[in-house]
Amino acid sequence: MSEALRVRGLTVSVGGLEVVRGVSFGLERGGRTGLIGESGSGKTLTALAIMGLLADGLTARGEVRLGEEDLMRLPERRLCRLRGDRLAMVFQEPMTALNPVMRIGDQVAEPFRVHRGLSRREAHARGLELLERVRIQDAQSKLGAYPHQLSGGQRQRVMIAIAMACSPEVLLADEPTTALDVTVQAQVLDLLSRLVDEERCTLLLITHDLPVVSQLCDRVLVMYGGRIVEAGPAGEVFGRPLHPYTGGLIETIPPLDEELPARRFRAIPGVVPGAGEFPAGCPFRNRCARADERCVEMPPLTGDGHQAACWHPL
Amino acid sequence: MSVRRPVSPTLVAGAVLVGAVVAVALASLLWVPRDPAHVSVPDRFLGPGQDGYLLGSDELGRDELSLLMAGARNTLLVGVVTVVIAIAAGVPAGGLAALRRGPVEEATMRASDVLLAFPALLLALLFAAVFRPGTVTAMAAIGIAFVPVFARLVRGAGLQVMEQDYVTAARTYGSGSLWLLRRHLLPNVAPVVIVQSAVAFAIAILAEAALSYLGLGTPPPTPSWGRMLSESQSYLAQAPLLALWPGLCIALTVLGFNLLGDGLRDLLDPRLVERVGPP
Repeated sequence: MSEALRVRGLTVSVGGLEVVRGVSFGLERGGRTGLIGESGSGKTLTALAIMGLLADGLTARGEVRLGEEDLMRLPERRLCRLRGDRLAMVFQEPMTALNPVMRIGDQVAEPFRVHRGLSRREAHARGLELLERVRIQDAQSKLGAYPHQLSGGQRQRVMIAIAMACSPEVLLADEPTTALDVTVQAQVLDLLSRLVDEERCTLLLITHDLPVVSQLCDRVLVMYGGRIVEAGPAGEVFGRPLHPYTGGLIETIPPLDEELPARRFRAIPGVVPGAGEFPAGCPFRNRCARADERCVEMPPLTGDGHQAACWHPL
Repeated sequence: MSVRRPVSPTLVAGAVLVGAVVAVALASLLWVPRDPAHVSVPDRFLGPGQDGYLLGSDELGRDELSLLMAGARNTLLVGVVTVVIAIAAGVPAGGLAALRRGPVEEATMRASDVLLAFPALLLALLFAAVFRPGTVTAMAAIGIAFVPVFARLVRGAGLQVMEQDYVTAARTYGSGSLWLLRRHLLPNVAPVVIVQSAVAFAIAILAEAALSYLGLGTPPPTPSWGRMLSESQSYLAQAPLLALWPGLCIALTVLGFNLLGDGLRDLLDPRLVERVGPP
């Protein structure tokens, strides 16, 4: 199967400090990949670097191939034409990701106007179709509403509609449901999943919610300290994790078949170090029970299909 | 379907005052009690109501009410033109500075620092010395003096807007810089620009009055509230009301624009519209 997106040696640095270090992965066309890891592991920065939208002061190097083109080497004008058309992104915070002084109808119409050059009226008609596709009730009247008049779930649906407007090849969804409550989460994930299927779009789902990944994704990438520490088919990674960090993450999920007071919630000992405070070599070694002097050297990501970067895999 | 908040009393008061000035200015185009330029020495210093002079007459026997009505025209003209100059130059400059950052921002902001170093009145005096003193010179000078105010305001508010998630989101679907400026940055800074416009309008009216008072604004015979105030000064002991009328007009107009600015800010902010639909 061909790859829709290939990332090679992506490094993001801020003032000499590398916060994403040599990340490489590929997204199979039409596949759904989950990128998991704790806060501060570099998930969002990886996504923003792929989009070419890092904030001022952050620099990225490496290679991001979308089809034939290396996004890192494209001039901004070409990137603008790509974004939203072939490569789209959904953000974590639907509350702030919509322009507060612009009507919903104008906002869903924007991608059509930017990329397809449609007139306001045509773009609005397409926008209405989109809102109906993302199952916004009473879509016609919502066209004239402002973002604050919509609930969080509705807003995230609008964001998804905007992202999917031009049927992108690759969709990066950065914790699309984290800010929503649980019942709405399920609906939004359902919607995302359906649209991705319908459009035959390649999905990179960034989250720290393991059950969501195991439900939705066929491949998993586990990030820690700015590096990918484990990668493989979702079933294998969750069923038989190789990296002690992945193992720890899975352990933290309380089992449903156990009476709650029977044991304490498991946690990975220690806390995620701040940026720049990760130990040299394996970034997890100061929290890892299996670490020894060999871990001073960074282990390579090895394995066939199911890969892990660990000298002492589980 | 959306329910708007009840209109604030501030807005109503501002709108009434400004509306009154506009109405008087328009009315003066069609009708004034007497020709404001008509000098009639025997009718000097008449009190209000005497001989059909509703607000009395000035030192040359001109009808005070007619002068005030015609003066409103001049006042509004000065306000509108200066604010238009200031917005036309200042808003794009500030917007681009916030959008492009780097050298563009540096250049714009240093240029506005230089302009800000000149007080509006000093700039107007300079213009009057270099060009011919008059309404056009005064309006140009006051307008240019306001450009950095708008540029800085829009840059400041614009920088905040550029940090917002919705701008990053807009970039993810491929908005270029000019699209961002037009669709996202400017609409989001519009409320502050509107409020600032009303304040600038008020200051412009005051500045023009001050220039006319100094004899560098509107030249006679065009009636101007500032010049009326200045001319009445010599006769303050004799006819104090001649200073009161134009002073009152200036004060109420300035107050009206200030109130209007505040009221509009509340009204135009769609975030204050009541929610509809389930939360």
